[in-house]
Amino acid sequence: MGRVVVNVMPKPEILDPQGKAVNGALPRLGFSQFVSVRQGKRFELEVDGEVTDEILAAARRAGETVLSNPVIEDVVDVYAEPAHAPSDEAGR
Amino acid sequence: MTTSPTTPSPETVSFDTVANAEATPDQEMPYAELGLKPEEYQQIHDLLGRRPTAAELAMYSVMWSEHCSYKSSKVHLSTFGDKTTPAMKEHLLVGIGENAGVVDIGDGWAVTFKVESHNHPSFVEPYQGAATGVGGIVRDIISMGARPVAVMDQLRFGAIDHPDTARVVHGVVAGVGGYGNCLGLPNIGGEVVFDPSYQGNPLVNALCVGVLRHEDIHLANASGVGNKVVLFGARTGGDGIGGASILASETFDDTKPSKRPSVQVGDPFMEKVLIECCLELFAAHVVEGIQDLGAAGISCATSELASNGDGGMYVELDKVLLRDPSLTPGEILMSESQERMMAVVTPAKLDEFLAITRKWDVETAVIGEVTDTGRLVIDHHGVKIVDVLPRTVAHEGPVYHRPYARPAWQDGLNAATLSGPDADPQHVRPSTPEELRATLLRLLGSPNLSSKAWVTNQYDRFVQGNTSLAQPDDGGVIRVDETTGLGVALSTDANGRWTKLDPYAGAQLALAEAYRNVATTGARPLAVTDCLNFGSPEDPDSMWQLVQAIEGLADACQTLGVPVTGGNVSLYNGTGEPGQIDSSIHPTPVVGVLGVIDDVTRATPSGWTVPGLSIYLLGTTRGELDGSAWADVVHSHLGGLPPRVDLAAERTLAEILINAARDHLVDAAHDLSEGGLAQALVESCLRFGVGARVSLDAVCARDGVSAFEALFSESTGRVLVAVPRSEEVRFVDLCTARGYPALRIGVTDDVCQPGAGVAGAPDEDHEHEPALEVQGLFTVPLAEARTVFDATLPSHFG
Amino acid sequence: MLTGARIGVVTFPGTLDDRDAARAVRLAGGEAVALWHADADLHAVDAVVLPGGFSYGDYLRAGAISRFAPVMGSIVDAANGGMPVLGICNGFQVLTEAHLLPGSMIKNDHLHFVCREQVLSVENVDTAWTRLYSVGERITVPLKNQDGQYVADEHTLDELEGEGRVVVRYRDWNPNGSRRDIAGITNAAGNVVGLMPHPEHAVEVGFGPDGPRGPRTGTDGLRFFASVIGSLVG
Repeated sequence: MGRVVVNVMPKPEILDPQGKAVNGALPRLGFSQFVSVRQGKRFELEVDGEVTDEILAAARRAGETVLSNPVIEDVVDVYAEPAHAPSDEAGR
Repeated sequence: MTTSPTTPSPETVSFDTVANAEATPDQEMPYAELGLKPEEYQQIHDLLGRRPTAAELAMYSVMWSEHCSYKSSKVHLSTFGDKTTPAMKEHLLVGIGENAGVVDIGDGWAVTFKVESHNHPSFVEPYQGAATGVGGIVRDIISMGARPVAVMDQLRFGAIDHPDTARVVHGVVAGVGGYGNCLGLPNIGGEVVFDPSYQGNPLVNALCVGVLRHEDIHLANASGVGNKVVLFGARTGGDGIGGASILASETFDDTKPSKRPSVQVGDPFMEKVLIECCLELFAAHVVEGIQDLGAAGISCATSELASNGDGGMYVELDKVLLRDPSLTPGEILMSESQERMMAVVTPAKLDEFLAITRKWDVETAVIGEVTDTGRLVIDHHGVKIVDVLPRTVAHEGPVYHRPYARPAWQDGLNAATLSGPDADPQHVRPSTPEELRATLLRLLGSPNLSSKAWVTNQYDRFVQGNTSLAQPDDGGVIRVDETTGLGVALSTDANGRWTKLDPYAGAQLALAEAYRNVATTGARPLAVTDCLNFGSPEDPDSMWQLVQAIEGLADACQTLGVPVTGGNVSLYNGTGEPGQIDSSIHPTPVVGVLGVIDDVTRATPSGWTVPGLSIYLLGTTRGELDGSAWADVVHSHLGGLPPRVDLAAERTLAEILINAARDHLVDAAHDLSEGGLAQALVESCLRFGVGARVSLDAVCARDGVSAFEALFSESTGRVLVAVPRSEEVRFVDLCTARGYPALRIGVTDDVCQPGAGVAGAPDEDHEHEPALEVQGLFTVPLAEARTVFDATLPSHFG
Repeated sequence: MLTGARIGVVTFPGTLDDRDAARAVRLAGGEAVALWHADADLHAVDAVVLPGGFSYGDYLRAGAISRFAPVMGSIVDAANGGMPVLGICNGFQVLTEAHLLPGSMIKNDHLHFVCREQVLSVENVDTAWTRLYSVGERITVPLKNQDGQYVADEHTLDELEGEGRVVVRYRDWNPNGSRRDIAGITNAAGNVVGLMPHPEHAVEVGFGPDGPRGPRTGTDGLRFFASVIGSLVG
């Protein structure tokens, strides 16, 4: 089993209402260190077997055509990771 | 991002200035890329007496676009004003020209309403296009000083089975719902139509209605020298730069990526906060006027406020709060970032103003003030970049007398009739009971006649607690005054197929149906808004359709005594080569009618709730099937002429319906439109699951029509009503006194009789279930009709 | 008419049904008191309604930002002290985020916003908000939500069932995929109730769901508000 992670973010120039609302709430809760928040999506695509370059390329194509809306979103990251990694080790 | 209008400058500043423009008169400016014609650019040059700065060019280009300037339609739109008589203005508090018209509904209450298009953006990015369409019309209503109380949406999509249609439908419906639901505005009705002519050109029109007291009406103008100009709401980013001039005006073209703008993204939460914030600002009397920012953003707001005021305006553009600090001055002026408002505030009330925006966590910047120079002057970091007469930007743009002519294909289209001796015999009509029954079910399950619950169940119709009627009733009815029950009814309509056959009559038919729908709920029609969706004004065929439709609508408004109070024009809805019959969408003049009702609890629903009521058919049935749902669904045919328009009859019919509702003479009333009597009967039965037993014999005998024509003709001026036995004499007297045809065609019933209808008669197991029974012809159990009616949209869209 | 009960109705940024909830309180005979999210003062109210809407746009998670509002600190303290609190829709989501009620709400199983007239059965009539209903009674109130699917782990669900803390359950059709058809629950003490459907939209003839007396005559929701007013003054 292999896993490909595709991260999608709103394009930098596009308004991100979600990030904006969270950004407004953080200082009220004492988190004044953060000057900006943007909220994106993480997809985990699992495959049988190893993640090959071809699979990564296919994941990128899927990301750019299906998983993201290219009008307002960018695929910012496509990478392989162990399929059964505990979430705290899967962080980057 | 799109073409930058910024010109490199030899000076220390990185942007073009007035001084630089004077020093470099021969500098080439990218006017063509911004959608301006050479002669328009020359006009700007002449107005200024020099070349425009990049910022000025940005302002003129967006404000002189078709979308903002109405340059192709202006000379014709004046017809609406010219044909509005003093008597029609009786209830008008604010007419055409402001953000939205305002209508007096009595007891000191006023209502403002308007319909607007967001068509092209909704094709590019359906969710955001539709969402920001709702957002834009709601801000128009807020800027009048009104609390928005309801929305409606008029949607046109391509063929239901076209591969691209699901993408657009899912996005648009979710966008309308996602934004409107989040604002707490009940969605009380609208239209959903599928037709191949809208492939690649979906129509997304949105209507908003707001309520205010007479004394709270606010007009947006910048008056009072020294008053502050304040920008508040969302920050300014790169949203939709160029959208106003390029996207909404010219055919968008994937081969020119530089013209493709970034889309606008809506934030309904911000808009909801803005609504409450603006209402509090108005209530505290701390604003002179508020202008919403829509197409053309700050360019539009500053030039319109200044042009409508009595002086000038000075703006420091670097005070504008930016989401994207890399924006050039021209881009800041053109940005269409959503959820922004501009207010004019006296210095004495500025602190109070800022306290209210702070309470709502709304970012606010004082960006300028009203001056006595008569000019709009904009500085950026202390350097002058704009110096113009505001009315030359806002109101005195180019005006075109576009050539128009009856299309070469029009006669052939009108000759292709399905009626009379010229009818093509291959368009077979059903005649046996089995065929008639099958036709009824086929139409009932067709995309345009099937249930729209899949769409409307995604919209909140309960919020605010004032909704008396909503879809699928004929009109939406909203309570305005909780003490008296005073309220308003709204309905919109447009039949693109009929308008294609005859644009003059088509626009009148749209008005007639919306007017009839409002009266069907028991409300008295008062005023009209319209959204004219047409093809390219540079195509004489489309231009002729537009001119004809405006003439037809203006004439009909005069006859019915209801004025147009405002609206919107959307052109360039076509992708084909000019001059062809299919160059553009079906011309689609969406007409909205607003009516007043003294007590909304007396509003008439569209379905019957109990057995034993007498069913009357009002009006005359003719063999009018050209352009009908039957012609479309069964024969994929469009030709001939639309049904006859009889506005005098519509007026009489409305009087009957209004009086009948007021005096409690009717329990239900439902307008006959697409699909004719058959469709209306089924809908009235399905509304509350109570059946009906009717006979067509009297209609056929009186009007000289066949059973097929009685069932499926789409003659206008017709309504079904359900009358309690105790009120029959009074109701018939009401019709007789006005000379209006009224025929008792049957009764409501919650069980069907065994064997009465021939085709589809229930077996013993089902004979006690509700059904629609057309005596001597056929029976349709309501359970069967319900299944057919409900299945179509979910089967395509899940 | 019962009078004297002061019922607070909280407005967060993005709250939509606050005016409707206040109207319901008035129609039930109480006095509606507007409470502002940024004001920790409860203004001596006897009970609180957290109305529906999309507070903070539901952008992080429904109710996730609102639960940290100053007014919520006071409400959590008061609720733990026994004050009746009703969370409707987004208010229910706020109560779960604030851990006054167990479980959480996720996106509807069919992924669409849904607005419909929903049949419920009332299963617990011992709470402050349901004592005027009878056990097993079927009522119809509007339902409208995007994130309405109630979820909790099996242990919590078993506990809720075992302690009779399911207050209302979806009948005829589960509109959002909620576990065990749960539409509303209570805390162990019975003073805090949360539900996804909107009783405040079924309180006035002419403007509610369809009812046995005709179109829009349904007023099945009114007794939520009358119940608490009755328990406060009675």
